[in-house]
Amino acid sequence: MPVIRLLLWLLGAVLLGGIVHLATVLLIPLMASQDAFARVSAVAPVNTVVAIPSPTPEKALMPFMDPAFVVSICRYDLSRGPLKFSVPISQAYTSVSFYTRSDVSYYAINDRAAGRRVIELDLMTAAQRADLPENEEITAADRLIVASPTPTGLIVIRALVPEPGWLSATRNALAAAQCRPQ
Amino acid sequence: MRLLLGTAFALIAAAVVGLGATWIALTRGTAYGGVNIGAWTAWPKNGTPGIDPYARAMMARTGELPVGSGDGVAFYANADDSAQPLDGRCDVLLSGITPQARFWTVTLYDPDGRLVANSAQRQGFTSQEIIRKADGSFEIMVGPRARPGNWLPTGGVERYLLVLRLYDTPVGMATRSGREAPMPTISRGACL
Repeated sequence: MPVIRLLLWLLGAVLLGGIVHLATVLLIPLMASQDAFARVSAVAPVNTVVAIPSPTPEKALMPFMDPAFVVSICRYDLSRGPLKFSVPISQAYTSVSFYTRSDVSYYAINDRAAGRRVIELDLMTAAQRADLPENEEITAADRLIVASPTPTGLIVIRALVPEPGWLSATRNALAAAQCRPQ
Repeated sequence: MRLLLGTAFALIAAAVVGLGATWIALTRGTAYGGVNIGAWTAWPKNGTPGIDPYARAMMARTGELPVGSGDGVAFYANADDSAQPLDGRCDVLLSGITPQARFWTVTLYDPDGRLVANSAQRQGFTSQEIIRKADGSFEIMVGPRARPGNWLPTGGVERYLLVLRLYDTPVGMATRSGREAPMPTISRGACL
């Protein structure tokens, strides 16, 4: 009899442990203080494009950054209204990736997909997008609208430096990137 | 009294089991939804809103940002083709071709994702920098001692990871095998 009782308690403990496990896995992204968004927040003011220093063995903003890329980040806050974003593409390869407040990648576009010399788009929340007047010219196909699932997040602009000699030209292209409230 | 003891035991055991499982899952790495090609593994889903909760928790802990699926895909290798862990004191030969992509880079990191210091100040190669053979394939010597050709220095660290990132590539969640995505082989040579 005591053995069965012990087994029942053990079974309960394991079930409860499973719940604890799932709860902690789901809660960690919400409580993390050293996640990518927090690291960027420490160096980047809101709604401004900030050049991120290239990673070195001594110092890197985030782990697993690709050292072949020049990176700029705009930490956005859409609570006051939508943002206009633009970056001229560099010679080799430029991409713009969007992340939510909890570092989930929800959209990414590269220079070829953009098909132009400048990647230009409007970033807004789903609610702001719904408020857009429907019959205006702004719904024209040449205006790319990205809807952010969260009011805050990150726009990461990355440009490849295929050979060391291209570094300054690539940096200059990224330096012209803009993200500002409309 | 017995009820109280039992409850206390169950709660403590639950905490140990639950937190232990979380700790193990987040430090050992997840295996869900990975695309395995040779010694390489990629998690293309991590660059989409469909990222699984374990990968999210792991990234929140390490502070990294996944490569967006519209940007590219990252393949990781921490062992060679015969499943021996990559050791910075040994020569390792990376050879073959890469899947279709507009650009790719290969980078050497320590297990925590930091670049490794070395006298040559080289942490990786881009597809533009690499010296190829006449048939388009390439060889990269990864090791502690300087080599002619494509030499990727390890700085003599004990353990490292190789990350091969493909940019603007059709490789992604639909990719299943090495026939669609031929990755370079990783073979181990002599050790110091």
